[in-house]
Amino acid sequence: MQLTQSSVGRKIIMAVTGAMLFAFVCVHLLGNSSLFFGSAAINAYAQKLHSLGPVVWIFRLVMLGLFAVHIIFGVQLTLENKAATPDKNVQVKRLKTGFAAETMVISGLALAIFVVYHLLHFTVRVTNPEIYVPIEGGKGMVDVFIMVTHGFQQLLPVMIYSIAMLLLFLHVSHGFQSLFQTIGLSNDRTLPVMGNLSKLVGAVLLVGYVSIPLLILFGLIR
Amino acid sequence: MKLKLHVWRQKGPNAPGKLETYEANHVSPDQSFLEMLDEVNEDLVKAGKDPIAFDHDCREGICGMCSQVINGVPHGGQVRTTVCQLHMRKFKDGDEIFIEPWKARAFPIIKDLAVDRGAYDRIIEAGGYTSCRTGGVPDGNAVMISKEAADNAMDAAECIGCGACAASCPNSSAMLFTSAKVSQLAVLPQGQVEAKRRVTAMLDEAKALGFGNCTNHYECQAACPKGIDVKFIAKLNREYIKALLP
Amino acid sequence: MILDGKCPTGPIETSWDRHRFETKLVNPSNKRKYKILVVGTGLAGGAAAATLGELGYNVHAFCYQDSARRAHSIAAQGGINAAKNYPNDGDSIYRLFYDTIKGGDFRAREGDVWRLAQVSNNIIDQCVAQGVPFARDYAGYLDNRSFGGAQVSRTFYARGLTGQQLLLGAYSALSRQVKAQTVKLHVRREMLDLVVVDGVARGITCRNLITGEIESHWGDAVILATGGYVNVFYLSTNAMGCSVTAAWKAAKKGAYFANPCYTQIHPTCIPQSGEHQSKLTLMSESLRNDGRCWVPKKKEDCEKPAGQIAEDDRDYYLERKYPSFGNLAPRDIASRAAKEQCDDERGVGPGKRGVYLDFEDSIKRLSEDTIRERYGNLFEMYEMITAENGYKQPMRIYPAPHYAMGGLWVDYNCMSNVPGAFVLGEANFSVHGANRLGASALMQGLADGYFVIPYTIGGYLTTVKPGQVKDDHAEFKKSKEDVQAEISKMISINGKKTPAELHRELGKVMWNNVGMARSKESLTEALKLIPKIRDEFWNNLKVSGSGAEFNQQLENAGRLADFLEFGELLAKDALHREESCGGHFRTEHQYDDGEAKRDDENFCYAAAWEFKGAGKEPELHKEPLKFDNVHLAVRSYK
Repeated sequence: MQLTQSSVGRKIIMAVTGAMLFAFVCVHLLGNSSLFFGSAAINAYAQKLHSLGPVVWIFRLVMLGLFAVHIIFGVQLTLENKAATPDKNVQVKRLKTGFAAETMVISGLALAIFVVYHLLHFTVRVTNPEIYVPIEGGKGMVDVFIMVTHGFQQLLPVMIYSIAMLLLFLHVSHGFQSLFQTIGLSNDRTLPVMGNLSKLVGAVLLVGYVSIPLLILFGLIR
Repeated sequence: MKLKLHVWRQKGPNAPGKLETYEANHVSPDQSFLEMLDEVNEDLVKAGKDPIAFDHDCREGICGMCSQVINGVPHGGQVRTTVCQLHMRKFKDGDEIFIEPWKARAFPIIKDLAVDRGAYDRIIEAGGYTSCRTGGVPDGNAVMISKEAADNAMDAAECIGCGACAASCPNSSAMLFTSAKVSQLAVLPQGQVEAKRRVTAMLDEAKALGFGNCTNHYECQAACPKGIDVKFIAKLNREYIKALLP
Repeated sequence: MILDGKCPTGPIETSWDRHRFETKLVNPSNKRKYKILVVGTGLAGGAAAATLGELGYNVHAFCYQDSARRAHSIAAQGGINAAKNYPNDGDSIYRLFYDTIKGGDFRAREGDVWRLAQVSNNIIDQCVAQGVPFARDYAGYLDNRSFGGAQVSRTFYARGLTGQQLLLGAYSALSRQVKAQTVKLHVRREMLDLVVVDGVARGITCRNLITGEIESHWGDAVILATGGYVNVFYLSTNAMGCSVTAAWKAAKKGAYFANPCYTQIHPTCIPQSGEHQSKLTLMSESLRNDGRCWVPKKKEDCEKPAGQIAEDDRDYYLERKYPSFGNLAPRDIASRAAKEQCDDERGVGPGKRGVYLDFEDSIKRLSEDTIRERYGNLFEMYEMITAENGYKQPMRIYPAPHYAMGGLWVDYNCMSNVPGAFVLGEANFSVHGANRLGASALMQGLADGYFVIPYTIGGYLTTVKPGQVKDDHAEFKKSKEDVQAEISKMISINGKKTPAELHRELGKVMWNNVGMARSKESLTEALKLIPKIRDEFWNNLKVSGSGAEFNQQLENAGRLADFLEFGELLAKDALHREESCGGHFRTEHQYDDGEAKRDDENFCYAAAWEFKGAGKEPELHKEPLKFDNVHLAVRSYK
């Protein structure tokens, strides 16, 4: 099967799954930002999601699948690339590429580990059981606002989240422009600006995501 | 000028290699890089030592034979310049220069700085042509081609097949080379008939030869002595998607 | 002996068509039984191997480079001629034929040149079909430009990279046949002997340049498309690996070498910068379309920057001497004129061996952008080599050895006097006479490869039984031993001088005595000096390493050994030809105004030399040239 075996085919799979994951990351950020509108807003958002019932589970399975495909092909392509370059020159000077592009597999795998931690932290609720308080009249649902604010009043999780978001920045700053190139949407007019646009997109995500734990840690949201 | 050279010496494909140091003591700024190496070799021969083997031929930047990684960059990093066109005035007295061969699994070393780039020929053999028979073709003006298409094809066709794209690529990918030929033929009407078969066949061949995958580092364009644009890789990707569609 | 070129007789307009019809055909089912060796994969060899493979022959192709795509045809910049008459400016097959005969100073065979002009149109069609991105106009039609001495626009081009694009076209056609397994490619192989059995070419002996192994290859026919020999001058525009070796080995096995003294010195090259120089770089002579050649009128101005020399103190010598052709005068004339100015001590730049090529007027008339669009890559190349900006100050140029019109003698079928040995492209002598016009080399290479040899070789093959002599024949073993013995000999000398040093010495002798202007004295001196260098070579050569490895010094030594024998023949031919014609200029034979003086009464023939042993007098055979369609006339470009 061409798509899953050829060089470009698998890159297209990487690009498409990457694009979907990127879309999720954007939507997730929008959802999170309801926190800025106070306890009621974010709890209402959480309740809305929960009310979708089986759709949530379908969505979770799809996300799991996307992650799995993105990771498996990413690792496979990287291993092939390593095998293609068994020896390096003693002196290697790169003219164009950067740290982010050269460490995609590392930032990617680290992000995967972070996602597991993030789920344990806020979804499966095993790392910090003390932050969960039932919401008033919420049929056993947790008060998300308290969960998040309490969760981020501790230094360690904030540090983990911040580092992870830096990795996300790195991953997206290469991945975003890479996606357009791989699906053939770039040309000589877009290519010179895509690199910077990609960094900007990554930076927006970084600032957006990191602002919540940092503002909480420094007591600006409580 | 006086220079200190660290040159990769390797007897054969499977022999171990290492950097050895040589002095170049009478370097003229008007010399080309290869002429500087010629003189080092003359001294080595006279001293009864094995001269440095390196590929070169036209010495005017078009045959694509010369292939050296200089200070970590294929062809030395001067924009749109092959090693043979690199001149010593770009260096300073007392400089240390590292001279190494292309390194990629698909380019085995023959000796010292000379590598086997037959893999690029194999990629072309897989489909880098139009299957027209000699003689049985229409008049050159029978099919009009817009100036833009002809110029675009020419931009891609300038590739000299030197291997710097794969040598500079962190993944040893031959994608820029492959894309240049695919794009040249894809923008011309003559290349349309076989376009789908061509792109998949050439990509499959590159993979089978042991080249890596493109992860959009764009090192290739920066190292390419002809400045082939990575937009052609995007074009190849488009062609590939077209080939997948019914 | 009087040689017969076997040209078809009768009206020239139909000569090639009649010849094609009269040539016997090989039965299609028998073609695969015939094995054809093609040495060289440039325009001629690459096109021939691809086309013969396509026809179904069993083809083996050889090149010394690491890929068939690297042959030096790739370096041709300017363009390729064809008699398409697309611009409607009065071109025709007859005019292209006429211009080529006249440009060659009436020293080429009419029939061959007619055929060349006739098939030139097919070449363009073929290349377009291959995807060669020729320049197009805004309407989408093929664009033409006028080039080197032509008064019609018949040159097709692909930026300044026409040779590259045509070669890559031929290479792609060849690659297609390699994939189809009709052609087997042997790269990094250098032909070191032609194997001749009972007077018939039956194969070659070559050296695997990676392992050093000496290999025998048999073939029912051998095609040599091995390029020209101007590296005999050491400094030339040829690639470092270009040599006379394959052709000379054939000559030593009985093939006649024709007109070796016809060498082309290209007028627009970048002047030499110092002793260290290993080659000279050509810039397309299309530059002369918009550049004006001049030198200072006064010797004392030569040191001044060009900008400080007043208009009245500049001598636009080509415009002065050749008012109607001006800066577009043919190559030999333009080269010699530059030499004359420098001999008159009015040259510019290091060593005073250079003249200006000035774009100031064109930039004023057309804008710098237009000039950049036309010649941008050449200006870049010039700046890369000289560190001077050609837009701001005039370029400096000087002539350099560029092309060999002479080569192995062939008949109308491109077959040498040794049956079974065919010679194509620059390696043969046939169509350019004493001087080649711009954009004609690419035309000839592809004409021979795509459209001539596929027909004519069939006529020969019908006369031989396939596989009659194979590489188990004693001659192959003997050839291998001879080659091995010569290699061992070169390595065993262990003297003091490297091949490069000796080659530089030979080059100086050749350039100073047998270069742009030759005289009895200079040639006699060369004939004394060349054998001395040859003796030194065989007694004081230093080659490192062994023959059984990748050894570039040994490759160079072998090529030089052949140049040292061949250079002598070149000088002999120049000495014997007591006339001036085209690229061959004898100072004794000129008109009062310095123009070349041909002697049609005594020298209207191709001189084909038979090798009789190194240092021995070669035997001259003549092929008289008949001009039934073009009147012999003084070639005037005034």
